[in-house]
Formats: sequence, C-alpha cells, structure tokens
Amino acid sequence: MSYFGFLFANLGRKKVRTWLTFLSIVVCFLLFGLLRTVGGMFSGPVSLAGADRLVVSPKYSMVTDPLPVSHTNALRALAGVDGAAHADWFGGNYLDFGLAFPTIPVKPREYFNVYSEFRIAEDELETFENTRTGAVASRGTAERFGWQIGDTIPIVGNIYPKEDGSLLWEFELVGLYDRPNSTAGNFEDFYIHYDYFDEARQHSKGMVGWIMVKVENPDEAALLASEIDALFANSGNPTRTMTENEYNAQFAKQLGDIGMVVNMILTAVFFSILLLVANTMIQSFRERLGDLGVLKALGFSDGRVARMVLYESLVLNVGGAAVGIGLSYALLIGVEPMLANFGAVELTSANLIAGLTIAALLGLLVGAIPAIRAASLPIVDVLRARG
Amino acid sequence: MNQIIDIRGLHKTYHRGGERIAVLDDIDLSVKDGGYLALMGPSGSGKTTLLNMIGGLDVPTKGSVNVCGVNIAELKGRALASWRAQNIGFVFQFYNLMDVLSAQRNVELPLLLTKLSKKERQKRALTALDIVGLANRAKHKPSELSGGQLQRVAIARALVADQRILVCDEPTGDLDRASANQILELMEILNTSHNKTIIMVTHDPEAARHAHECLHLDKGRLRAEADA
Repeated sequence: MSYFGFLFANLGRKKVRTWLTFLSIVVCFLLFGLLRTVGGMFSGPVSLAGADRLVVSPKYSMVTDPLPVSHTNALRALAGVDGAAHADWFGGNYLDFGLAFPTIPVKPREYFNVYSEFRIAEDELETFENTRTGAVASRGTAERFGWQIGDTIPIVGNIYPKEDGSLLWEFELVGLYDRPNSTAGNFEDFYIHYDYFDEARQHSKGMVGWIMVKVENPDEAALLASEIDALFANSGNPTRTMTENEYNAQFAKQLGDIGMVVNMILTAVFFSILLLVANTMIQSFRERLGDLGVLKALGFSDGRVARMVLYESLVLNVGGAAVGIGLSYALLIGVEPMLANFGAVELTSANLIAGLTIAALLGLLVGAIPAIRAASLPIVDVLRARG
Repeated sequence: MNQIIDIRGLHKTYHRGGERIAVLDDIDLSVKDGGYLALMGPSGSGKTTLLNMIGGLDVPTKGSVNVCGVNIAELKGRALASWRAQNIGFVFQFYNLMDVLSAQRNVELPLLLTKLSKKERQKRALTALDIVGLANRAKHKPSELSGGQLQRVAIARALVADQRILVCDEPTGDLDRASANQILELMEILNTSHNKTIIMVTHDPEAARHAHECLHLDKGRLRAEADA
C-alpha cells in the first residue's frame, strides 16, 4: 500500500457520499468550463474600426420597425455624406451548422464602397453586382467550409420565406473578400444580393435593417448623426444614429453584461458547491476522528495527519474539476457549430489553468478546517472517546 | 539487563472545572529490556495514564520518563511522533484497526512512515501476520475477522516496524477466555522469543499471571503485587 493508496482507501470509506460529492464538483466545473468559454465569446474583442462611419438604425426596433430603403437615397443627399449602403439581417441556417455565419443582403458596389477597407477583386465584385443570386464570403469562411468560387451555398431561412413559401435559399459563390485586422473569428459576414433577396422574399419588401453612412469628415460625425436623426424624426420611421465606434462599444457593453451575468452565476454555483463540499468533508472528518487519533498514536505527526486530510480534499476537488472541465471540452466540441457565429469556440489554456487553480484553492479552503483540527487532536482524548 | 524504561518522580495532574485532580502521584518505575510488566488497579487509578506516558501519548506534569534512552518528557510534536513510530507498538482493547483496509494494509500502516519500498513493506507486513498466525487472512477486512483475529492483526501492526516495546491497554478485555488465552500466549512468545518488552494494563488476574512482574496502581500511586 502506498501513501496515496491509503488516501484513496479513506475516500472510499463512504463510497456513495464520496461519489456524490465528486459528481457535484464535476458538475460545478462542467458549468465552469461551459460558462467561461461562452462568457469569453461574449466578452471577446470586438472590432472598433470605422470611426468614419455612422450606423443609422431604427429608433425603436430593427425587428418591428425596419427602415425603408428610400432612407438610403435621402442620406446620400445630405451634405458631408460620402456614401451610404443599407444592409439587413437575413438569419438562416447553413446545412447542419446552424447559424454558422451572418448572412447580410447588400447592394454590392455601394456596400463595398462604404467598407472600402474590405478587399475584393474588381472582376468578382462586378460579377456579384451582375449575378442576382450571387454571394461573396470572407476568405476565412470559405476556407472553413471548403468552398470554391462557383459553389452553390444552400441556406435555410428562418425569418424570410420566399414568395412561394419555401425557406430554402440558394446562392452562387461568386467572390471572396478579405477584411484587414479581422477579429471576428468565424463571425464574418456572408453577403448576398439585396435586389434578389428583396424581390424573392415574402414580406417586408422595400425595407432594410440598418444603413451605413460614410462621412467625409470624421470630426463632424457626431453632428451629422444629430442631423440624420432630426431629418427622420417626424417620419414614420425615425432613426437612431451613432458612430460605428459607439455602436460597437454599445454592442460590446451588452455582451460584457452577459459575461458579468455568467460570472455571477458561476460565483453562486461555486459558493453552493463550497458549502456542500465543506459540509461533507467536515462530516467525514468527524466520523474519522478515532482513526486519525490512532494514526497519531502509531507515529503519524500532526503535520502528516493534517496533510493527509488536506490531500483528500485536494484529490476530490482537483480530480472532480479535471473531469468536469474535460467533459465541458467534449460538450463544447459537440455544440461548436451552434455557437460558431459568436466567435471561436475553444477551451483556452487560461480557462483550464484557472479552473484547476480554483479547484485547488477550493480543496485547500474546504480541507483547511478539518486539517487544522486533525493536527490539533489530543490523542489521549480521542482514544478515550473511542474506547 | 539494561533498564529500557526508567520513570522518576512522575506526576500527572488534570484540571477539571477549577478542581485539581492528581492522577499520578510521584511514580518511580523501572522496567528491564525484555521485561513483561502487568499494571493492575481499579478504574480511575491511573493505569492508562501511566501507559500513555510510557507510550509518549501524554506528557507528565512533573518528573522524567526515560524510555529507550530518551527522556520523552522533553520531546514534542514531530520528534515525539517519530520516536513513537520507532519504539512503541500499541495494542488497544478494541483493536483500533482501519475498517477500510485489509489486515495486511492495516499492518503496513506504521511502515508508511519509513523509507522502505512498497514491496518491502508488503513483505514485512506478511511476515508480521505470519508471526501472529494470520498470514492466510492477509486480504481480509476487519469486518471479516473474529475478535481474537482482530487483536492478532493489531499485535502484528504493533511489531511490524520492529518496535522494542509493546504497550498494551486491556488487550484481552474484549475477548472470550479462549481467544484471550491465545493472545496471551502470543504475547509471551513475542516477549521470550522476540525480546519485546511488554507493558500491559489489565483487569484480568489470569492475564497478569503471564507477566514477569505485576504492579498495582491505586489513587495514582504504585504498589508492588505483594502489597496489593
């Protein structure tokens, strides 16, 4: 028998209780692995590029109050506007990957003029303009799914059915674009032709989700935003305009809030598990007072007995954490396609280290009280009580 | 023969609820290496306290307790624990074996404190079990053994690290006559053939008869058998 063999034998004293405690810790760290990864996706870096662009969105809701496409021309007519391009949220699922990437209906030339930092070959852009069922994808998205130019990309819509009621939309990949300093991971837009989309969809014809406005002078962006909102204030479709930076920052803040909620849930779960494990450890310790006294009589020093109690707690907690985090990793691989649109799904080494460190601290914390008490046990009293 | 235990002017006092209770009062005691001493006396006379002092489980209020050449009254903490592991084997009335471990693993416990290899520990544990006649029960858990067998396992544990002194607190107190006799015979063999010094607390005059010397404790004071 080794020292650790003795330790495991002690853990097996009340097998059901030990397993239940172990499973509690596994579940706790399974949640940890899942929530940290998902929370990390919501609080990951968001591109703040585009200080020279304004986002004109519906004042109240993109879903219930979309903007008329005619707003785009009105915006172009404003002084200080260098270009305007509308866009919409198509939604839709790609094969079994779910919402694998955002599909955005755009007017090709207008949109790429506004997003002038996006690089696309002129002939591919021209083909996109002239192919009503055409689409362009980022090079990263194409590589991810093994697409080649000329491939047909089937997308099942979940917001917009076609006029004939069909939800299956098919697009021909006619070009690939590159975006500089991409930080969106898998979350890169797939652009389809607005004219085809608008003509073929069953409802909301002539409406768009938002309009991007390129400003001539970024220093006057805030002023221009006020002018735009004033322009449409009394229309049936009022707007809310902000710089792309503000828009992204607001988006990032909302995502950051989700991260905060995730952390709060984690904290609550940990606190509950801490109490549960501490209670179990103390109960187990009380039942073994006699045995610990005998060990001390046999020559086990106070420190050794305390370490033994502490190791048991550590083995239980770190072992449970390792299994829990491992399971979360396996689960994340399973759900990756469903979450891919929010960014790269991966259990980072930082999360793994954080999880195991927390487990070790948890183990030390819940084992500390029994360990200290074990060290200070008066042998004679314990043996007398044992008989 | 050398004195393996030499106790001088030993006092032990407890304080309970403001009251001072003298459990041991000016004890002088010597035991030769290889000796076999029985301590008898009524309940509360201080027998177990004296045994605990010899075994290094308790510390005296006053006096010296020289065991195996060391005044253990001056040892503390880790040093005292280490001394106990090397010199004293304990045999308790209710065996005090670990329920979760087999007989062999219970016997191996004191060897976890040594630098012996796992294989060597197993070998020594089996040898100790063989000495007490239980090699064939090595894999059995305590719940699968009789009272007499449990006490044999406890004795094997007490001698496995080659401790020089066996400190036995009512070793036959929980056994029927036949089992008790077997244990007493085993202890006699360990004393005569293996040169173990045995200090035994007992209420049983039959058990005390196996010892070379019998001392009586009464109200914390020692008396020789003839005076008892």
